[in-house]
Amino acid sequence: MTVNTAPTVSAARPRQAVAPKRRKGKSAYPYWFYLPAAVVYTALFLIPTFASFFFSFTRWTLTDFTFIGLDNFVQFFQEPALLKGLTNTFIYGAVTSVLKVVLGMLLAVLLTSQIIARGYLRSVIFFPVLLSSIGVGIVFTILMDPSKGMINKALEVIGIEGPAWLVDPAWALVSVALVDVWKGVGLATVIYIAGIVSIPAEYFEAAKMDGASSFKSFFNITLPLARPATATVIILSLIGGLRSFDLIWAMTKGGPGFTSDVIASVIFKQYQAGFYGLSTAGNVVLFLIVTAIILPLSMFLNRKEVEQ
Amino acid sequence: MTTSNRRRWTSLAVGVTALAVALTGCGGGNASGGGGGEKTITWLVDNTENTVTYAEQIAKDFTAANPTIKVEVETRPQGGEGDNIVKTRLSTGDMADLFSYNSGSLFHQISPEQNLVPVTSEPYMANVSDSFKPVVTAGKEIYGVPVGTGNAGAVLYNKKVYEKLGLSVPKTWSEFLANSRKIKEAGTDPIIQTYQTTWTSQLFVLGDFANVAKADPDFAANYTANKAKYATDPAAVKGFEHLEEAAKAGLFNKDYASATYAQGLEKLANGEGAQYPILSFALPELKVTFPDKLNDIGLFPLPGDDASKNALTVWLPGGVYIPKSTKNLDEAKKLQAFIASKAGCDSQTKAVGANGPYLVKGCDLPEDVPAAVKDMLPYFEDQSKNSPALEYLSPVKGPALEQITVEVGSGIRSAKDAAALYDEDVKKQAKQLNLPGWN
Repeated sequence: MTVNTAPTVSAARPRQAVAPKRRKGKSAYPYWFYLPAAVVYTALFLIPTFASFFFSFTRWTLTDFTFIGLDNFVQFFQEPALLKGLTNTFIYGAVTSVLKVVLGMLLAVLLTSQIIARGYLRSVIFFPVLLSSIGVGIVFTILMDPSKGMINKALEVIGIEGPAWLVDPAWALVSVALVDVWKGVGLATVIYIAGIVSIPAEYFEAAKMDGASSFKSFFNITLPLARPATATVIILSLIGGLRSFDLIWAMTKGGPGFTSDVIASVIFKQYQAGFYGLSTAGNVVLFLIVTAIILPLSMFLNRKEVEQ
Repeated sequence: MTTSNRRRWTSLAVGVTALAVALTGCGGGNASGGGGGEKTITWLVDNTENTVTYAEQIAKDFTAANPTIKVEVETRPQGGEGDNIVKTRLSTGDMADLFSYNSGSLFHQISPEQNLVPVTSEPYMANVSDSFKPVVTAGKEIYGVPVGTGNAGAVLYNKKVYEKLGLSVPKTWSEFLANSRKIKEAGTDPIIQTYQTTWTSQLFVLGDFANVAKADPDFAANYTANKAKYATDPAAVKGFEHLEEAAKAGLFNKDYASATYAQGLEKLANGEGAQYPILSFALPELKVTFPDKLNDIGLFPLPGDDASKNALTVWLPGGVYIPKSTKNLDEAKKLQAFIASKAGCDSQTKAVGANGPYLVKGCDLPEDVPAAVKDMLPYFEDQSKNSPALEYLSPVKGPALEQITVEVGSGIRSAKDAAALYDEDVKKQAKQLNLPGWN
């Protein structure tokens, strides 16, 4: 042990010199402390990301690749199902996030009011969030069967002939979007509940003293002061909507034909067919589209927040 | 100071090692070889009940003949998902010792020259029918032996419905339509379509190929060379047009959009629907689900314009291949030899019955084959009355045909438009395979 003392002293000195620097706020940990995380991050995120950019310029069979420049992107943009997929992606993203904002807000107002079994109702509304999308998809595919499904059977009882839901080209995408809303509105509600609960009660009391109706206090207090919650809900559900895939794949596989295809399902089908380079190019495009929408939107929503 | 420093490094080293083990160690523990000279080899097959049943019977009979080798049957999903698993396992070197997979165009997509062990000069290849060899050949080498029977893409029909209405088997498309109208008048669904199981929608196009080949024998070669197109070839576009015509005439079952393959078979067996254009792979499933109705089902080729040229579109059986990654090559070859022998056919017949002719020499069919198989045999025996499906003659096959035919059958897209869209779709496959004439 004594032999080791000398180097220790000399080793300790530079460390002491480094220490104050760290205290200036650089980092609380020595650098090697980051190594495990860095290895994981590099192996699982950085390398695949750059590899995907690279392979999007190749014709790739997983074992072997030829560099073909921008051909994949040209091919991807010529994909007949792409335009339909793009429009559907935007429709799906817009429909689900609007419905989640509106329904989430209304449910949150209901569930922050003084009602019976409030805690129970809150957890009931959150349950669908916990379910697996594939399971939900399969169950709703059965419920939405045009002739034998429970939904249309129930509508029949009250004299309405339900649409063919998932197999009607005009309804397929909307049907999936509605199921997505059912599954996701719980999360929006919880975010809104947190937003509404954090509004100081004094505002409502003051408004009441001034004789404001409950509609007035909703539109002039709850709605504006829950803006951070709205921003979060919009961003989360828009991102979810734009990259939506699992539910659509479980329920319609993009069908009938191509009528409920979204970008992600178009890409997945290309991958399934073994066009690895092409589908990687598609993923790069999807990444750029989502970034191009979410980045400015998030900046816009956050700026508004600061201005208040 | 020192000790703590060292401890930190030690813990780091442990952490990194654990991480490395976690990242790389997931592929370990392959089942190969038990003690006492006994070896276990694995065989990957698709998960249809029919396949699994005969594969397990083959495994059992093989082990009875070779007591030192055990065969473990693994299963994978069918369709696109299954293709994906096969491709991924091949390219990561993680494939079973043998695997069953399609012959023809899908076989070419798994890069046989890179991934598979050639078996051209093996003695057991002498047992394999010459009409099978071309569909498992890449370059100059042969890579597989046939498992299962030859099949057809044709119309399965309910003989009882036909008898009751006094109809005879149609030889031309117009006779087929006339029959269908009569069936509709009698209150039965004339044509069964099941678009919830999308692949079933392709039969009007794929099953019509023998008629195309008889009208234009060079179509497949020209198609591969990017010279013939579905949209512009008058014989080839017929498949799409027939589908459109049948849909417009309202000859499908009402719930065609939401019905599944299994429901389609049920309708056919119960006589709720009369005719179902489908692959004869349906016969073993009918046998399992409706054993007493199996002999009510007959089969005829999809009719074309010319009665004298009406031919059956034939699906050749899949192959059993050995990946280069196998560590039990000798044992795997022994199993291949067993499958390509009379004993191999016999264990398949024992397990699931014969659902069509075998492509192994010396394998005769038993007397009691189902009626639909009997209907199929004359076409198989006469070369001029059949043609392999396009996927066995050309590697060019687009992935989106099933969606396109669903659109035609549902009235979303016109036949002309659909044929043109499919021509667009196959371009991707041709480019991926780097075929001459497509870039």
